[in-house]
Amino acid sequence: MAERAAPAGERRGAATAAREALREIGIPRLLIALFLLTLFAVAFATHMDMAALITDCILRIARNGLLVLALLPAIQGGLGLNFGLPVGIICGLLGCVITLNAAIGGWAGFGLSAAIGMALAVPAGLGYGWLLNRTRGQEMMVGTYLGFAVVSGMSIFWILAPFTNPALVWAISGRGLRTTLTLTGIWDKLLDNLGGFHIGRVGIPTGTLALFALACLLVALFFKSRAGLSISAARSNPRFALAAGILDERTRVQATVMSTVIAALGIVVFCQSYGFVQLYTAPLLMAFPTVACLLIGGASVSRATLAHVVIGTVLFQSILTVALPVTSQVVQGDFSETARLIIQNGMILYALTRKSDR
Amino acid sequence: MTAPVLELRGITKEYEGNRVLKGVTLAVRPGTVHALVGENGAGKSTLMNVLFGMPVIHETGGYGGEIVLDGKAARFASPADAMAAGLGMVHQEFMLIPGFRVAENIKLNREPTRANPLSRIAGSTLETLDIATMRHDARAALDRVGLSIDEWMPMAGLPVGHMQFVEIAREVDKKNARLLIFDEPTAVLTESEAATLLDTMRSLAAAGLGILFITHRLDEVLAIADEITVLRDGEVAGRLDPRATTVAHIAELMVGRPAATVRHADAARRAGGTPRLEVRELEVDMPGEEVRGVTLTLERGEVLGLAGLAGHGKVGIANGLMGLYPARGTVLKDGKAFALNDPRAAIRAGLAFVSEDRRGVGILPDESIELNIVITAMEAQNRFLHHGPIPALRLLDGGAVRRHAREMIRALDIRTTGPRQQVRRLSGGNQQKVCLARAMTLEPDSLLVSEPTRGIDVGAKERVLEILRQLNRERGMSLLVTSSELAELRALCDRIAIVYRGRIAAILPPDAADAEFGLAMAGEREAAGAARG
Repeated sequence: MAERAAPAGERRGAATAAREALREIGIPRLLIALFLLTLFAVAFATHMDMAALITDCILRIARNGLLVLALLPAIQGGLGLNFGLPVGIICGLLGCVITLNAAIGGWAGFGLSAAIGMALAVPAGLGYGWLLNRTRGQEMMVGTYLGFAVVSGMSIFWILAPFTNPALVWAISGRGLRTTLTLTGIWDKLLDNLGGFHIGRVGIPTGTLALFALACLLVALFFKSRAGLSISAARSNPRFALAAGILDERTRVQATVMSTVIAALGIVVFCQSYGFVQLYTAPLLMAFPTVACLLIGGASVSRATLAHVVIGTVLFQSILTVALPVTSQVVQGDFSETARLIIQNGMILYALTRKSDR
Repeated sequence: MTAPVLELRGITKEYEGNRVLKGVTLAVRPGTVHALVGENGAGKSTLMNVLFGMPVIHETGGYGGEIVLDGKAARFASPADAMAAGLGMVHQEFMLIPGFRVAENIKLNREPTRANPLSRIAGSTLETLDIATMRHDARAALDRVGLSIDEWMPMAGLPVGHMQFVEIAREVDKKNARLLIFDEPTAVLTESEAATLLDTMRSLAAAGLGILFITHRLDEVLAIADEITVLRDGEVAGRLDPRATTVAHIAELMVGRPAATVRHADAARRAGGTPRLEVRELEVDMPGEEVRGVTLTLERGEVLGLAGLAGHGKVGIANGLMGLYPARGTVLKDGKAFALNDPRAAIRAGLAFVSEDRRGVGILPDESIELNIVITAMEAQNRFLHHGPIPALRLLDGGAVRRHAREMIRALDIRTTGPRQQVRRLSGGNQQKVCLARAMTLEPDSLLVSEPTRGIDVGAKERVLEILRQLNRERGMSLLVTSSELAELRALCDRIAIVYRGRIAAILPPDAADAEFGLAMAGEREAAGAARG
């Protein structure tokens, strides 16, 4: 009897361990990783240019990393997923447009764009945070609509603002910014190529990756500082925080400002890598794929870590990169955009159903 | 005597090893009002949850003992079962739909209906409401509870008092109603409304219903109850005949218990030293525990107790001093004026607080023990941080935190797997020690402790009291201890202030007679207290 009982107990132990591990990884994350592996396998089997594919993946990961990182402070501050990311994005775009209009190129132009964008993001974040404090409990809804409203309002601004540089405004009327401004020869790829090198035929955008890593490090350090711990404490128990002299109304605003500032930097880095500044409705839906990135990494509405940021960005951006060429080989027509929307919105929906997680 | 409509026999209930009901037995006879009184935490709500078969009871391992309804053993699996068997509950918070009319609320989900062609095909849920019968039944029920309003009025906009009566009418209208339970029904009513409600309860009882009346208000109990059961610490502390007892005696039973050690007045330090904290005309807007003008002095090195019945404001005093609820008044700390409504100022002035609401205010459940211990000192005093130019951005000094946490874990005997363990995983007693450790870390000269031993087991209780004594004796800390357990205060304090209706009714030595405490808590010593204090 005893001999028979022991293996049964062991089996149960192993099964529990497997269940634990599965819960730790999360079924969605597992499925998406498998989907990505399948895509790579198909790409390999159909003799696609793997080096080019991997180069593209890494480039997109580096390009989007900061935007995903921008979501982290908001979750730490108890504001949920920051669907109001376009507020920060618009600030970054303003920074770009201002320096482009003044025809400042090179590192000065890139640096100044980022600096102006982040400076503008501070008052914007303060206002956004103030609004969120007045609409407690509906942060994600309010963020979404504030993002829409700001992008739409700025569309009018892009037309009416007194920008004069002929390279930016519509050629015929001489008024109003064009929808897409090219950075070619101004400051495109500056950071990507900083210390850039190749492994075989795979290119590495060293500077952009390094900046992403540095930003991750700084955010991690910040949440070990007094101010960062206050933000986490106020999220975790506002009444406790009050008893320690922390006002959660203030820490929520701090978290919002931080999120908005990183988003502003993130979009400037994105434009640098992409080579274009896209205005008007381009930022309208930008929060959604970014949020999906973080969620695929394993984050929930109330809990996220740097590991979620990195893993999510790698998985989601890789799928986007690989799915297009692979699916166009396998099926007729473009299936990749459909796959992106299913994954992106499915992930957001899934995360919202698991609000009480942990 | 008539046979009881409801009997509870030896009801026991444990929550995670903590016995909250230890064999409660009581019987309610038809035609009588049976009052159930007890302090917060005495087990009244748990007893009602057991009686109604609430899910929380089943989820935590069920209960022991027997419920007998009309002579037959009953075991309710859900509140719906209990109601079907003839139990009715009038809630403290109203369960009414504001957008519906009074009659619709009364008949909700029990509406009289008539068949129509559609319902013959699609089932009885589509039958037509019989409005005339509904109004007639509602009218009758409203008349029984003495409410003369039109039964077709909308619910929204009715005064609070009327809502309470509509709720009662709904319970009365149930055809099989046998027993009505009133849970603190007068808490939200004005005095005249409360008087009408008591009359209604009497007449409902006279009509043959059994009534179980749960309340804090002892004068109401004496006014209408036929029998009184006093609950204390999950046990029946006494059964009283209202004609042969006094408010003071009931209060004494509610809070008093044979004290193992009573500190004697001569052993206790004489009051009249240097004041540490002078409180003048303090008012605190803490819902349910309003403080309405407390004047009090905490001496250096003294242990001052705050006692009083629930709802009279004893809990509000410390919360107001620490800035957790809006407060007005003058407070001097060591002779210097002290800013109210600012928790950080309170901590920096040398005060520390252990809250009565451990889970709500006392801990960050998901964080580690070490962070829980140091976070307030870090926030308010910039301690446990590395050096750096900007105070807010200084990093936590992990080594110093770990060393301090280990020291506290040893000193307070916190049973844990280590300083990184989540506080959520600790037992109540050990969580309380973490709260104490956090307060001690602030190195205060005045420690405000509320309900230091609520909800923790006996062993931990003794240990917590011993820690408080040590802090007082060895570090010379002044303690302001708020507690519902008089025995605990009498074992710990130099003086005990009794709070009644938001004011100090009396200040008594710990070895004063039980009866004196009872009188003060019942408000019958106000004059004497004012003369002394």
